[in-house]
Amino acid sequence: MNKTRKNDLIMFFCGAVVFLLLHALMETEIIGPFWQLNIILACINIILAVSLNLINGFTGQFSIGHAGFMAIGAYVSAIMTVKQGLPFIIAILAAFIAAAALGFVIGVPTLRLSGDYLAIATLGLSEIIRVCILNTPYVGGASGFMGIPHLTNFPWAFGLMFLTVYLIKNIVNSAHGRALIAVRENELAAETMGIDAAKYKTLAFTIGAGFAGLGGALFSHYFYLAHPSSFTFMRSFDILTMVVLGGLGSISGSIIGAVILVFVSAALADFPEWRMIIYAVTLIVLMIFRPQGLLGNKELSEKMLGLLRKGGIRRDAA
Amino acid sequence: MDSSSFLSQFIQQMINGISLGSIYALIALGYTMVYGILKLINFAHGDIYMLGAYAGFFAAAVLRLSFLPSLLFAMLAAALAGMVIERLAYRPLRRAPRITALITAIGVSFFLDYTLILFVSPQPRTFPAIFESEIYRFYGIIINSQQILIFAVSLLLMAFLTYIVQHTKVGKAMRAVSYDTDTARLMGVNVDKVISWTFALGSALAAAAGVLVGIYYNSIDPLMGMMPGIKAFVAAVLGGIGIIPGAMAGGLILGVVEAMASGFLSSTFRDAVAFSILILILLFKPSGLLGKNTREKV
Repeated sequence: MNKTRKNDLIMFFCGAVVFLLLHALMETEIIGPFWQLNIILACINIILAVSLNLINGFTGQFSIGHAGFMAIGAYVSAIMTVKQGLPFIIAILAAFIAAAALGFVIGVPTLRLSGDYLAIATLGLSEIIRVCILNTPYVGGASGFMGIPHLTNFPWAFGLMFLTVYLIKNIVNSAHGRALIAVRENELAAETMGIDAAKYKTLAFTIGAGFAGLGGALFSHYFYLAHPSSFTFMRSFDILTMVVLGGLGSISGSIIGAVILVFVSAALADFPEWRMIIYAVTLIVLMIFRPQGLLGNKELSEKMLGLLRKGGIRRDAA
Repeated sequence: MDSSSFLSQFIQQMINGISLGSIYALIALGYTMVYGILKLINFAHGDIYMLGAYAGFFAAAVLRLSFLPSLLFAMLAAALAGMVIERLAYRPLRRAPRITALITAIGVSFFLDYTLILFVSPQPRTFPAIFESEIYRFYGIIINSQQILIFAVSLLLMAFLTYIVQHTKVGKAMRAVSYDTDTARLMGVNVDKVISWTFALGSALAAAAGVLVGIYYNSIDPLMGMMPGIKAFVAAVLGGIGIIPGAMAGGLILGVVEAMASGFLSSTFRDAVAFSILILILLFKPSGLLGKNTREKV
């Protein structure tokens, strides 16, 4: 069996174990509603962080407008379930497609920019998306889209989170993924080697946006409500912090970053005024002392797994 | 709408736009100076503006100072804050990748906002009326004395800044560092000191903007810096980032366009207009209106 297939199997196995464990704990109510909410939130945030990492970490295109695509997903899926009465799965697909399509449309012109300029342009675009939603009475305008059915549950959130991680991992490990990394390392050199940098940047942006839409769909169907104020640039910074905390260019890092931030926020829920301060100080201290994030651009590999979390049992060949 | 009311509406929005734009310009100057030297988008700059407004509030409401001393107090306090922030958060990252510094700036911005919320509560405060509000009417056009004040103070401060940058030793050093940091250092310029100065100057201007806004709108709150901060960055990019007259022009243009958009379209579209300008500028003339086109060569 080749290495990729073996890794895939390990990943499926670990995912299934974690899922069954958490699900059993939730069913038996050992994990109460508060932590259940946080676990689902963590799943949604992992989707957002991993998809942003595809753009920021692997392709090196610094986007801080992820909340905009998330908003598109949240609203499109809500329109599908509430206004059209379609099943959740269709709504999720629609959210993905809509966000990805918008990502493509926005990506083609803006990805010509680089560095800070791209960052600020994506920030601006996500604000434009938000203002447009705010001015659309069809989706509730400033008072938000209300009455969204509560369709997101743990299996949905975990399943889609797993799917996202799996797909993005495989994209990164494919020839296309290598092209993305080449663009990140040196766009000019990559083009000289025959890689169509513009195409690959757009590809990463489109896929990343699509998954952000997916996260948005889960988000709005969990909280009954999609409100423009949920998708401000604060949200984009939140996602960015998760990616940076875990390490730009590390999928497992993004997962860890998302989980840590969700649980730190949850643990500090009783001290709301301190939460953001601690959050900010962490960010500054991290940047000064470990700017590459917790994992740098490495993955939790089988070797590291022997020491760290899930699947520590398997320490073969490597 | 007949033509005369259209005209008066146009002039009215022009006046509103110029006073709003002066505020943007004052904040944008700090962005542009810091970017010119460090190539850093100082996201915390909008929060310095907010700090300045609170310092002005403190001076006016607690110390019971009048307008001018309050303004100076706020500028001084913000200059100090700017220097401290630079020293603690940005200086250790001088050699780090730009994205690292950008993320730190975001962290600093959150830190300032929420620390202030902790100390002064998130509720908006009423800014004391330290400058009398009089309303002048000409042919149906309304001008507020505070709008005149904003414009006059901004103009004065910009003239002052231009003088510092163009005619003093510090200004010369600032220009040298912005042109080529390493060469400037070789020529004996104390780069760290110059950067400190730059932060102090930029922060003082932002604080002045904060106090003026406090007087104009009568209300300040700890998150007031977020949007204007980003808008001012848009203004800086619009004029050509790193170029001081560009920031002034960019601020004024952005202010006028925003006022027109809220006057003739809808006030809720104001933010979208500002960001659309940003994106158009970035796509068609990324070096800004006053910037020189530099094509990257292979």
